[in-house]
Amino acid sequence: MGILEVKGVNKRFGGLQALGDVNLSVQEQTVHAIIGPNGAGKSTLLNCLVGKLIPDTGSVMFDGQSVLGRTPYEINQMGISRVFQTPEIFGDLTVMENMMIPCFAKRDGSFSMTAFAAVRNQKDIIEHAMHALEDMNMADKRHMHSASLSRGDKRRLEIGMCLAQEPRLLLLDEPTAGMARADTNNTIDLLKQIRDTRDITIAIIEHDMHVVFSLAERITVLAQGTPLVEETPENIKGHPKVREAYLGEAQV
Amino acid sequence: MLGLEKKDFTLLLIVTVMVIFAPFVLNPFPEGTAMAQMFNAGYPDLMQRFAIFGILVIGFNILFGLTGYLSFGHAAFLGAGSYAAVWMFKLLGYDIIPAILLSIAVSGLFSLAVGYVSLRRSGIYFSILTLALAQMMFNMAYSVLGNPSSSYNLTNGETGLQVYNSDPQVLLSATDPNFPHLFGLSMRSETHLLVGNWDFTLNAGYYLSGLFLLLAFYISIRIFRSPFGLMLRAVKSNQQRLNYTGLNTRPYTLMAFVISGMYAGLAGGLLACMDPLAGAERMHWTASGEIVIMSILGGIGTLIGPILGAGFNEYFKNILSKINDSILHEWLSFLPDGFEDIMVTLIHPFVGKGWHLTLGLLFMMVIIFLPGGLVEGGQRIGKLFRRKKADTPSDETPVE
Repeated sequence: MGILEVKGVNKRFGGLQALGDVNLSVQEQTVHAIIGPNGAGKSTLLNCLVGKLIPDTGSVMFDGQSVLGRTPYEINQMGISRVFQTPEIFGDLTVMENMMIPCFAKRDGSFSMTAFAAVRNQKDIIEHAMHALEDMNMADKRHMHSASLSRGDKRRLEIGMCLAQEPRLLLLDEPTAGMARADTNNTIDLLKQIRDTRDITIAIIEHDMHVVFSLAERITVLAQGTPLVEETPENIKGHPKVREAYLGEAQV
Repeated sequence: MLGLEKKDFTLLLIVTVMVIFAPFVLNPFPEGTAMAQMFNAGYPDLMQRFAIFGILVIGFNILFGLTGYLSFGHAAFLGAGSYAAVWMFKLLGYDIIPAILLSIAVSGLFSLAVGYVSLRRSGIYFSILTLALAQMMFNMAYSVLGNPSSSYNLTNGETGLQVYNSDPQVLLSATDPNFPHLFGLSMRSETHLLVGNWDFTLNAGYYLSGLFLLLAFYISIRIFRSPFGLMLRAVKSNQQRLNYTGLNTRPYTLMAFVISGMYAGLAGGLLACMDPLAGAERMHWTASGEIVIMSILGGIGTLIGPILGAGFNEYFKNILSKINDSILHEWLSFLPDGFEDIMVTLIHPFVGKGWHLTLGLLFMMVIIFLPGGLVEGGQRIGKLFRRKKADTPSDETPVE
C-alpha cells in the first residue's frame, strides 16, 4: 500500500479524454517520476491530486484518506505540498516573509485571527523560518524582495517554503522547466539532498530525462491519459512501449 | 512602546501632535483677512471631516491596501452607520456612546453579508458585486425603506433621517444638551482662543473625532504588523500560493472586509454625532468612489497615506468650492480689463461648482507622476534631501 494510491481515475474535458483509467501507487519515501509526451495528461493528473480538478470517476487516497472533494488548502494541510512549473512565491514580500507564511500555516492551521500580535514577536516562527532558509542556503538573502531573486533562487525558495511545512509528499511540476543547465543541475543537487536527508516522498513530473534519471527510483510513463508502464529507470530506458510513445511507431 | 516598533511609534506620535495642534496649524492667517476666508481650514466643521474621513480611509486601506480587493461600496457602510446612530438618538437620546456602538455593529453586520457574497469573486467582479450591492442598499434607503407614510419608515427617504421632538428619546434627561453629547459635553461646545488677530476654535466634536482617529490609526498599525496583516499582504501578492500553502484565503479577506466595514460604520456614526441627521446620498456610489480616490491619493497600502489622502481631498474640495467669480475678479484685478474677463471665464469651470474638475485633474497628476500617492511624493522629497546631504563633502557620515 503506497502513501498515494490513485485508482481508476478518469477525467474528460468535453470530447477529450484527458485521463483514462489511471492507476498509480507511490510508495512511501521514494522518488516517483511521471513522464510522458506533451498532452499525455501529466498536469491533469497532478491537478487531480491537489484538489484543483476533481476526477469524473475513480479515487485518490493519500495515507488512507480520500483527497477528492477537498480544497487545495485542506489537501495541503493533510501533508501534500506542491511546487509549480513557474515558481509561485509572494513577489511583493521579502524572502523572510515568504518563508514565515508556511511556518504560520504549519503552526496555526488554515486560518487564525492574530491581528494584535506583532510578527516580530513570534520567536518560534522566526526561528523556524530562519532554519528553513539556512537549509536552502538563502539566509543571507532574507531581506531581499523575493521578486528580485534569480529564477533558480525563486525555485529554491519555493521548494524551501514547501519543505518548511514538513509535508509527507512533495509534488513537483516540471521543476526545471525553462532553466539554464547550471540552474537545472543545482536544482537536481538540491532535490537529491532532500531525497537523501529527509523522510519525504517525492512525486515529480518532468520532461527533462536527465533530471528524471538522476532522481527517480520508479518511473510511470503516461501516454494519451493512460499509464503505459511503471518501471525502474534502468528498465525504462530501452522499453519499446516508451520509445513508441515518445517517438511514434518508428518502423511500420 | 504600546507594542509598536520605534518607527511606527514615531509615526503615531506625529499623527497625535497633528491632531492636537490642527486647530492652530490649519489657521495660519489672521481672522478677517481675505486669505483667512479662503485658506484657513481650522474651523470645526472641516476639521471634523478631516478626522472622520481619515478613519474611513484608514479602514478602507486595511481592505484595499493590504489585500488588493477594491470595494466600490464602502459608502453604504458609512451610511448604515449614520442611520444607526440617528436611530439611537431618536430612541434613546443624544448620548453618543450607544449611537457609536450600534453604528459599528450594524455596519459590521452589513459588511459581513456583503463581503460573504462579494468575496466569492475577485478582481473586477468583486468590485462590481460590491458596487451593485451598495447601490441596492442606497436605493432601499432612498425609496423602499424611506416612505414616510408606511409603517416601516427606517430612513425617511429623501428628507433624511433626523430627530424630532416627538421622538421617544427614553433616556433623555432635562439637564442633557439638546445635541449629541458625551457625558453632557455637547459635540458643539467649543472654546475660542484669541491670540492677537487670530481666533483658534477648540471644538469638542473635533477632538472626539481626533481621538477616534488616533485609536483607528493605532489599531491599523497593529494589524499591519501582525501575522494577520502579513497574510492579507500575501493574499494580494499570490492567492494561489497561499491556497497551496494550506491557508484558506476566504476568512482572511472576509475579516479584512468586515474590519474595514466597521471602520466605515464608526465614521458614519461620528458624522451623525457631529450633525444628527443621515441622508441616503451618503451611501451613493459616487461617495464610494471618493473613498477610493482618497486612498489612492494618499498612497495605497501605506500607514499614513489614508490620513493624508482624506485631508488633501477634503481641504481642496473645501477651498475650490468656495472660489466664485467675484473672488476670481478680485484676485485677477491686476490684469488688463478684457484679459481679466477672459481669464475668469477660463478658470470658471474649474472652481465653485466645478471643483470636481480640478480635483479630478489633481488626481490624474498624482496617478501619473506619483503612483504611490502623496506618501511617495514625501519619500521622493526626503530622498532628495538625503542625497544632497550625502553629496556635500563636509558630511562625514554617508546616509545609507
